[in-house]
Amino acid sequence: MPVLRPPFIAIGLLSACVLAYEVLLTRLFSIVLWHHFAYMIISAAMLGYGASGTALTLLKEKIAPHVGAVYLIAATGMAFLMPAAFLLAQQVPFNPLELMWDKTQLAKLLAVYLLMMLPFFCGGLGIGLVMWHFGREAGRIYAFDILGAGVGSLGVIGMLFLVPPPKVLIILTAAGLLAVAIATIELKTGPKWLTKAFFGLALLVAVVLPADWLQVHSSPYKDLSQTLNIGGAQVVEERSSPLGQITVAENTRIPFRHAPGMSLNATDEPPPQLGVFVDGDGPAVITRFDGKLAPLAYLDQLTSALPYHVLERPNVLVLGAGTGSDVLQALYHSAASIDAVELDRNVIDLVRQRFHDFAGDLYTRPGVHVHEGEARGFVNTSHDRYDLIQVALLDSFGVASAGLYGLSESYLYTVEALQTYLSRLRPDGMLAITRWLTLPPRDTLKLFATAVAALERNGVSNPGARLVMIRGWKTVTLLVKNSDFTAQEIVAIKEFSRTRSFDVAYYPGMRPDEANRYNLLAQSYFYEGAVALLGSQRQDFLDRYKFYIEPATDDRPYFFRFFKWDAAAELFALREQGGIALLDWSYPLLVATLVQAFAASILLILAPLAVSRCRRMLPSAWAVLYFLSIGLAFMFMEIAFIQKFVLFLAHPLYAVAVVLCAFLIFAAAGSWLAGRGRRGATNSRNVTLAVMVLGALALLYLAILPSLFQALIHLPDAAKIAISVGLIAPLAVCMGVPFPTGMMRLACTAQDAIPWAWAINGFASVVGAVLATLLAIHLGFAAVILLAVLIYGLACIALRNL
Amino acid sequence: MKRYFIISIFLYFCCAFPSHGGEFDAKRHKMVEEVLIDVVANEGLTLSPSVMAAMEKVERHRFVPGWLAAFAYLNRPLPIGYGQTISQPAIVALMTDLLKVKAGDNVLEIGTGSGYQAAVLAEIVKSVYSIEIIEPLEKQAAERLKSLGYRNVKVKVSDGYYGWPEAAPFDAIVVTAAASHVPPPLIKQLKSGGRMVIPLGAHFMTQYLMLVEKHADGSVTSRQIVPVGFVPLTGGH
Repeated sequence: MPVLRPPFIAIGLLSACVLAYEVLLTRLFSIVLWHHFAYMIISAAMLGYGASGTALTLLKEKIAPHVGAVYLIAATGMAFLMPAAFLLAQQVPFNPLELMWDKTQLAKLLAVYLLMMLPFFCGGLGIGLVMWHFGREAGRIYAFDILGAGVGSLGVIGMLFLVPPPKVLIILTAAGLLAVAIATIELKTGPKWLTKAFFGLALLVAVVLPADWLQVHSSPYKDLSQTLNIGGAQVVEERSSPLGQITVAENTRIPFRHAPGMSLNATDEPPPQLGVFVDGDGPAVITRFDGKLAPLAYLDQLTSALPYHVLERPNVLVLGAGTGSDVLQALYHSAASIDAVELDRNVIDLVRQRFHDFAGDLYTRPGVHVHEGEARGFVNTSHDRYDLIQVALLDSFGVASAGLYGLSESYLYTVEALQTYLSRLRPDGMLAITRWLTLPPRDTLKLFATAVAALERNGVSNPGARLVMIRGWKTVTLLVKNSDFTAQEIVAIKEFSRTRSFDVAYYPGMRPDEANRYNLLAQSYFYEGAVALLGSQRQDFLDRYKFYIEPATDDRPYFFRFFKWDAAAELFALREQGGIALLDWSYPLLVATLVQAFAASILLILAPLAVSRCRRMLPSAWAVLYFLSIGLAFMFMEIAFIQKFVLFLAHPLYAVAVVLCAFLIFAAAGSWLAGRGRRGATNSRNVTLAVMVLGALALLYLAILPSLFQALIHLPDAAKIAISVGLIAPLAVCMGVPFPTGMMRLACTAQDAIPWAWAINGFASVVGAVLATLLAIHLGFAAVILLAVLIYGLACIALRNL
Repeated sequence: MKRYFIISIFLYFCCAFPSHGGEFDAKRHKMVEEVLIDVVANEGLTLSPSVMAAMEKVERHRFVPGWLAAFAYLNRPLPIGYGQTISQPAIVALMTDLLKVKAGDNVLEIGTGSGYQAAVLAEIVKSVYSIEIIEPLEKQAAERLKSLGYRNVKVKVSDGYYGWPEAAPFDAIVVTAAASHVPPPLIKQLKSGGRMVIPLGAHFMTQYLMLVEKHADGSVTSRQIVPVGFVPLTGGH
């Protein structure tokens, strides 16, 4: 049966489902495994989108007479495969921790990929089919496609605030079925009962299926799984938000006793505690507090207690307060006032409300002020001055030591961040940062280098006079003071360390023989590193050190990246001895993701086309270049600008939601505009104009955004969101023009090549996303934006020859 | 005819897959050689003959799930269920060596797991007291050690934090369970001159080993040992 008009609404809804599903999978796989494997799996799965273009090209003659029916089958497949693929993937016993030991893990990983590709394949098939069949209306189709994507990405974040991830998956399944029902109406395909059946099915799934129908099984090696294996452990509370799934566990028989790196001389046992896990990693703890300070004595036996022995009753700001251990520590040491900043409202609520009695009013006590927000953002906008800013030890030891954080952008430990903290300190105030001890030293030396750089940028001529570092057997604490340390303070620091058998790793005027006394290392790595980083040979030391410990900056905010290729080769050769444990995993995983995306693209997209008889109908090399360029450049722009707005919007989630949504919605508008023109609109003038405007805007933003953000940072959130959207809108409108223009051009000249272009674009988007992060690690986000502008320029040239 | 065929097939399999004794012995011997090479590759680290002999004797394939027996003599950690692992043989050997245990010693282990580390220790010392927190694992390990004839190993399910006061003091303590800090009661139960070893890191990936030494005056120091011959800095200073 011939179909009359494109199913715009169904396409929008289908596209919304695909995007929402992608975001949801990131959450689900973060709970099941670890964040970076989630990233890897989803990148691969997205290639299913590109592969659908291949399938369309190969099968289009067979499909052509049944476009409506095939669309419905694809959309139905997408709806059912969303939960089915995830459920099946959970049955695959893939353990990423064994990847280096056990070769069969690779096969298991591949099985997970293939399963997760299926729903994206179906979704891509549906949209690609419509794009091909109604090529001349590509502008409007693409507008609905990305408008749906924008709504989907925002909607899923909203949903994740309200219901746990498994329930979101059920809602998405229902939405997918609803999209099929709407498509039957729009396409005027199939009997009327079919429409009713899909509406009914959607309703049934949404209402009848209970949330616990879909169990999420976490890896047995995650901290929470380990905890729950112990007799007497039980989950007492669960909260969920897009920031993570929080689980509170209790064990009255075998208590938690969390006191990270407590002195070996200590005799105190921590009071009863509740373990708090985020996505199964942790624990952070809520410590029982009845107003008496004596049971908290253990908090004085941690390296992080050092600043309280140098400062008298300080005004404290705790960044990353979590469940309150550092706030308790400040209380124990009679801090005059405590401001605490925590990003996750759920975490604050646990201490403030749900476990209010257990935590002894910790977050509502007089003198304690808890602020919900991102640490950097709070410091940026705060006018208060502090004696002590304490950056809490947020990540869990296991995850940190497995090197799984290397790809996470963190604006907490950059040179600019440390400069900002120092600017909020009183003249004799200090910044204290505690990290896990890793051997050979990685993050601690990187932090030391960052502090030196921050002090130097602030015009301090002798940074070494303002730095102190001590280490226990498991943690390291760095003090950065706003003025030179006094002799009296040094005495207090040495005494604190001596009585707890902590080693002084650096203080101004330290003798080499004072290092390495209580916790003996093969060499005085920390002292020697600190001295080298303060000396004239710093760059030489940074170059020769086998881990990457150059300071992170706001443009390259990868504090947790320690990877260097040379060392990796050496560690890999030593893997049998345990060298793998010293490897920073996330970087090679990113490279592996990129390689696999390339390989899979060749396998799924290029190879089948090259060997088929369809190759006669393939578009020119210029067309390939065009769709490849605009796919890459779009992702580069989007990802880099999300990062540029993170600091301004002061919340990673708001930044992603606002920037992504604005990009997609305004790109949809641009796409709509591109499609509205006369048929002549398919010429390259529109695209050239759009690229020139977006290039100029991008360069202008690069130049003015930092100072503009600094000037506007004190505005209320709503104003900042409005300004962000206003800034992105013109950029995004321009970015929406190239894709539909190219599609419409193909519709006039080579319609059969449309699915192929669709495949190329899908591939470029996935590779673009991964490549953007890799480039940002090495060159910074500013460079990624510049590169995007250049690639758009290349696209203009390609279009002229198309 | 058919019956004979089946019987001959059965006999063939009996011959082809004997009790594994000889085959496993050879594999184990090779593993111990590899472990020694791995350990001594690190400056300052060695393995004493008693540790080597114990590693040579303990049948690691009996401490892993049946389907992993074929991999038991590879120098790698293996999963044993309940999210736990049997450590890499090189790490077990090194930890045992760092404890400097002797024939008459009394040793405490926190985290029995499969029981393999306890068995290696039991080959050398007089008595091993081992505590496991996960009940099914404790049961399996206790039965396994009993069936293998380790009479000098006592296993119980309990909270390892307070050690085993009835059997204290100990010449050596090995803590293989993850802990945010070293429980003060364990340090108390360590004899003067005694040693405690704790591996730190994630599952399947030991970052470094911590050796805690209790001196004659009761003071305590620690040593952090990276079990990999890897120097973080190249070139001259």
